[in-house]
Amino acid sequence: MKNGYIKAYFKWIFPILLLLMVSVGCQRSKAGITVAGSTSVEPFAELLAEEYMSHHQGSHIYVQGGGSTAGIEAVRSHAANIGMSSRSLMGTEKSLYAVTIAKDAIAIIVHAKNPVEGLSLVKVRDVFSGKIINWKELGGHDHPIILVTREEGSGTREAFQKLVMGEEEISLEALVQDSNGAIRQVVAGDPSAVGYISLGLINEKVKALRISGVEPSVKNIESRRYHLVRPFLFVFNGEPTGEAKSFLDFVMSPEAQRLLSKEGLVSILSKPSGG
Amino acid sequence: MKLEIKEKIIEKIFLLIALSSILILGLITFFIFEEGFPLILKLGPKAFLFGEKWIPSKDLFGIFPMIVGSFWVTLGALFLGIPLGLACTIFLSELIPPSLGTLLRPAIQLLAAIPSVIYGFWGLIVLVPLIRIYLGGPGLSILTGSLVLSFMILPTIITISEDSLKALPPSYKAGALALGATHWQTIWRVLIPAARSGIVASIILGMGRAIGETMAMIMILGNAVQMPNSILDSARTLTTNIGIEMGYASGDHRQALFATGIVLFFIIMALNILAIFLSRRRVD
Repeated sequence: MKNGYIKAYFKWIFPILLLLMVSVGCQRSKAGITVAGSTSVEPFAELLAEEYMSHHQGSHIYVQGGGSTAGIEAVRSHAANIGMSSRSLMGTEKSLYAVTIAKDAIAIIVHAKNPVEGLSLVKVRDVFSGKIINWKELGGHDHPIILVTREEGSGTREAFQKLVMGEEEISLEALVQDSNGAIRQVVAGDPSAVGYISLGLINEKVKALRISGVEPSVKNIESRRYHLVRPFLFVFNGEPTGEAKSFLDFVMSPEAQRLLSKEGLVSILSKPSGG
Repeated sequence: MKLEIKEKIIEKIFLLIALSSILILGLITFFIFEEGFPLILKLGPKAFLFGEKWIPSKDLFGIFPMIVGSFWVTLGALFLGIPLGLACTIFLSELIPPSLGTLLRPAIQLLAAIPSVIYGFWGLIVLVPLIRIYLGGPGLSILTGSLVLSFMILPTIITISEDSLKALPPSYKAGALALGATHWQTIWRVLIPAARSGIVASIILGMGRAIGETMAMIMILGNAVQMPNSILDSARTLTTNIGIEMGYASGDHRQALFATGIVLFFIIMALNILAIFLSRRRVD
């Protein structure tokens, strides 16, 4: 009797599964482009892709995370049409075609109930290098500072290193989380934690510190008063063509750029307004 | 005659399918070594294994803090998990009223079916704040990781050691009881020592699971690359080092992660061989 099941499996279920697999495979490859890379750019790319698809019936844009380096690698090996990067291209990567689609500010975040409102850039550096270890020294409660940083190789970490730390090293005692969201989660849960994330991803549970008296707002970024800013790139293997080009054109359009600045990014169309 | 040929062909096809699973293992091994080994040679095994600084942006690849981290987290998990697991096993196999067994056994097996990301999430939301508030530190710590891991290795320890207790000849128990030993004396002095090899094997397999766990540990351990000084400090294990940095790594950094995999590979291999060896040495 048991043999009957095995027979049925090979006669019916196996071919059906095979057919299903093949048909699903065909559907995926039918149309559309893949955008892969930085987890910082991902939520914005998803938003843009949704907007783009609502205008262009029948187009499909698949957005995946994975990290800046993975995205760039994917473009190079033609696994993705567009790579997202939250850092500038390095070394051999420079042979790829990169377009800045927007600029993003990095905010230094603390728990919403932390009494500290702002720090100078030097103080931020001293906190993250482990020279200042208690909130008391910064006008807060008497409690050790819990540092939260991104992992080695992350675009956000690289930008933070360049813009804030300079030659100094981030303390090895810092907790390491592998996404903006995870850092936000830890900081939101711990009144003595401090971390850094994309400005666009701030929510009501965390508070962005003023840096040297300047609040990280779109206005201050556009007027170049807030300096912790880095580019968001789309990376292509050669000049973009077809669907990829049409998506890029959409992303660079005033409409899409307005959408991005509404989400907290800095549009590339914005001009520095005096002051 | 024709039937015989047909059978031979089917036999060969099955052999091929069985071999393919070994082939996959071989391929994985080959690629890990191919990617990671050059870097170990370049740095020197000593600098790689016992280096205390992991700063890939400065070409410093020392995984000693991770080895220490893995060691402490696993030890903590065993410290909490072994007494709990053994108590559970004894209760399940000897003391339980039959009606409760039908409920408890599936429940323990369900513990193994929960995805590790759920354990991680639960630890992060429930245990981390408790430990931060009542014991201090960041909450994301070795203690929290060990606690969660000890739950995760329970099903492994319980099911395998219960099997080894069940496999004992009934004459052991009958003989001990006939000689006037109480039920508890029989369990403690006769059954447990007799099933010792199976119980030790279950612990070693649990240890392998603890060392290999990645997702939950990324969420709970805090992943700081430091030599931990207390169980309330954050730590990074070998697996989380790979998991957390894979996405962005390139060049030497990427190779260093594969090399971390080689170290893990040897640890897990050694544990599994030990477990097989111990469980083969049956009671005489």
